[in-house]
Amino acid sequence: MPRLVSHPDEVKIISRRFGQGATDIDKYIELDGYKAVRMAIEKGPEWIINEMKASGLRGRGGAGFPTGLKWSFVPKQSDRAKYVLVNGDESEPATCKDHVIFLHDPHAVIEGTMIAALAIGAKMGFIYLRGEYRYLLKIMEKAVADAYAKGFLGKNIFGSGIDLEIVTQTGAGAYEVGEESALMESLEGKRGVPRIKPPFPAVVGLYGGPTVINNAETIASVPHILLMGGEPYAKVGSERNGGTRLFGISGHVERPGVYELPMGYNLKKAIYEVAGGVKDGKALKAVVPGGSSTPVLLPDEIDVGLDFDQMGKAGTMLGSGGIVVIDESVCMVEFALRTIKFYQHESCGWCIPCREGTDWLKKSITRLHAGGAEAKDIDNIRYLAENMLGRTFCPLGDAAAMPTIAFVKKFRKEFEDHLNGKGCPYHPSIDREPALV
Amino acid sequence: MATEKTTIFSTETAARFDRLVTLYPVKRSALVPMLLYAQDDLGYITPGAVAEIAQRLDLRENDVESVLSYYSMLRTKPAGKYNLQVCTNISCMLRDGYGIYEHCKKRLGIGHKEVTADGLFSLEEVECIGACSWAPAMQVNYDFYDELTPEKVDVIIEDYKAGRGKETV
Ligand SMILES: NC(=O)C1=CN([C@@H]2O[C@H](COP(=O)(O)OP(=O)(O)OC[C@H]3O[C@@H](n4cnc5c(N)ncnc54)[C@H](O)[C@@H]3O)[C@@H](O)[C@H]2O)C=CC1
Ligand SMILES: Cc1cc2nc3c(=O)[nH]c(=O)nc-3n(C[C@H](O)[C@H](O)[C@H](O)COP(=O)(O)O)c2cc1C
Ligand code: SF4
Ligand code: FES
Repeated sequence: MPRLVSHPDEVKIISRRFGQGATDIDKYIELDGYKAVRMAIEKGPEWIINEMKASGLRGRGGAGFPTGLKWSFVPKQSDRAKYVLVNGDESEPATCKDHVIFLHDPHAVIEGTMIAALAIGAKMGFIYLRGEYRYLLKIMEKAVADAYAKGFLGKNIFGSGIDLEIVTQTGAGAYEVGEESALMESLEGKRGVPRIKPPFPAVVGLYGGPTVINNAETIASVPHILLMGGEPYAKVGSERNGGTRLFGISGHVERPGVYELPMGYNLKKAIYEVAGGVKDGKALKAVVPGGSSTPVLLPDEIDVGLDFDQMGKAGTMLGSGGIVVIDESVCMVEFALRTIKFYQHESCGWCIPCREGTDWLKKSITRLHAGGAEAKDIDNIRYLAENMLGRTFCPLGDAAAMPTIAFVKKFRKEFEDHLNGKGCPYHPSIDREPALV
Repeated sequence: MATEKTTIFSTETAARFDRLVTLYPVKRSALVPMLLYAQDDLGYITPGAVAEIAQRLDLRENDVESVLSYYSMLRTKPAGKYNLQVCTNISCMLRDGYGIYEHCKKRLGIGHKEVTADGLFSLEEVECIGACSWAPAMQVNYDFYDELTPEKVDVIIEDYKAGRGKETV
């Protein structure tokens, strides 16, 4: 069971109810639950969207698109039914934040979904969890059933005359299905191959209807925003980056865990103070700041604020908020190899630069790690990755290429140390041909 | 809708399927969850399961097979009664996920996607399972085990052998 952690620098907004038994609907109500949705009904869609815009909340799935703006793109009039879709596919390596939300505060996800539905005029919402999260799906299913039993869902919710259904859904193992349009395909009972954008889901989404799709954390933040007010929420964060976010810190730190920190919080402090510093007093070698697809940072690059804009300026991305701390003992070529193996395994195969590119990158880095490469192979790896950028159908190709380029650029010396039959200087005996097929 | 008389699934699963198809604007939306629940019921997706699901959703068997082959959790061969899925992705790797995986291999005497002779256990190296901050982690069927050590793994295996393991379905 995920261990809960705590640090004085945390600002507990979304994690306020964690560890307090809020899976129980009565407990949730006691802790201000289902108040925000009543306010939302009373004050109407325009007010909701304005509060969301004022909150500065940006998508916690990783791309950081302003949530209020996204909702405002949904056409008011539509011949087709509108939907709200919660993305709980959480598959980016190093990301485990939605996990704790489903575990500790399932009703916040439901209430957020309801508010999103009210804002855009949807009568149906779906909460999609990755297939591996069965025990969390059961928690969500029970929460949904309890909400129906109280009359919060179904016909005429809270006596408003509005009908609202929520259905929980499960995937069955596929990273690519986290991409929003692939997720819609999956929810329509198909292979998880992405759709071309535009049109964006806000205009043409699930079953062809206008659809708001948001990450589970984005949605779970919504009731808190309405309760505290959009502007006060925005003020907790940094410029253009409202509120707080759950950061999953993992790897070589003393106190790994999921911590709620204000947007813009310093990354170095997050590692050294919040997570207790590098494990066993070792030296820091590198940090992958926002899930495995985000470009790696060197120790002298981590004095930077954790928000979408500052991370962008630092040449990387805030991504999914999964911070991976890597100590001096790690072979960065092996780390790069494990990273690319994942993307190669998960490429849906639809477009050639991604399907072939990830495969060649995996093969080249495997060979290099084993000592069978020459100097020009290092350039070839980088050249291949650079040529994938922007040439794929969905961003999975970029997700594979970006970290690879950064590994080669920033740890070139380590790549060179493997050349000419020398093999890995860190773990000479390791033979890790991927078993994953 | 009444439960199909000729179903190959357990009464519980069949009833679940009857309900699932009513939840969506389009019946086909039930396909991915149905496949997963079918697997939970039968151990793997049998040709019979494909046929019945196709029939329930008014699809061709081909359509079902095409979807089936896309998702990594779905299998067309039996696994062990307890399927150990050890994550070796980056956060786990940094905390000896590979050591845990190797330990499982030795302990069970099987490799990736293999099944023990008694059919009790199977093993898989898997990608990130969303337990990175509690690494290294694995799942046994749907149950999570985290902050693993080889000793903890031994206890978990013994518990399942003795019929004392957790079982979420
Ligand atoms: N949480 C996780 O497990 C994972 C997260 N990611 C993240 O996913 C991100 C890429 O996701 P994408 O959805 O491809 O990014 P995107 O930038 O294309 O879109 C972000 C969101 O804004 C919406 N949007 C963008 N422009 C719009 C417009 N003009 N009108 C209406 N809506 C608009 C999109 O529909 C989407 O919901 C990466 O940054 C990565 O960090 C990637 C893998 C896994
Ligand atoms: C390959 C790929 C995988 C993705 N996986 C996820 C995911 O697991 N969870 C998620 O919320 N967003 C994921 N996304 C991002 C979604 O496409 C989308 O941007 C997000 O769900 C929008 O919600 P937000 O605005 O609240 O962040 C993924 C994107 C790509 C390209
Ligand atoms: S970029 Fe990769 S995952 Fe995305 S559509 Fe192309 S092959 Fe599929
Ligand atoms: S990397 Fe192993 S659970 Fe995420």
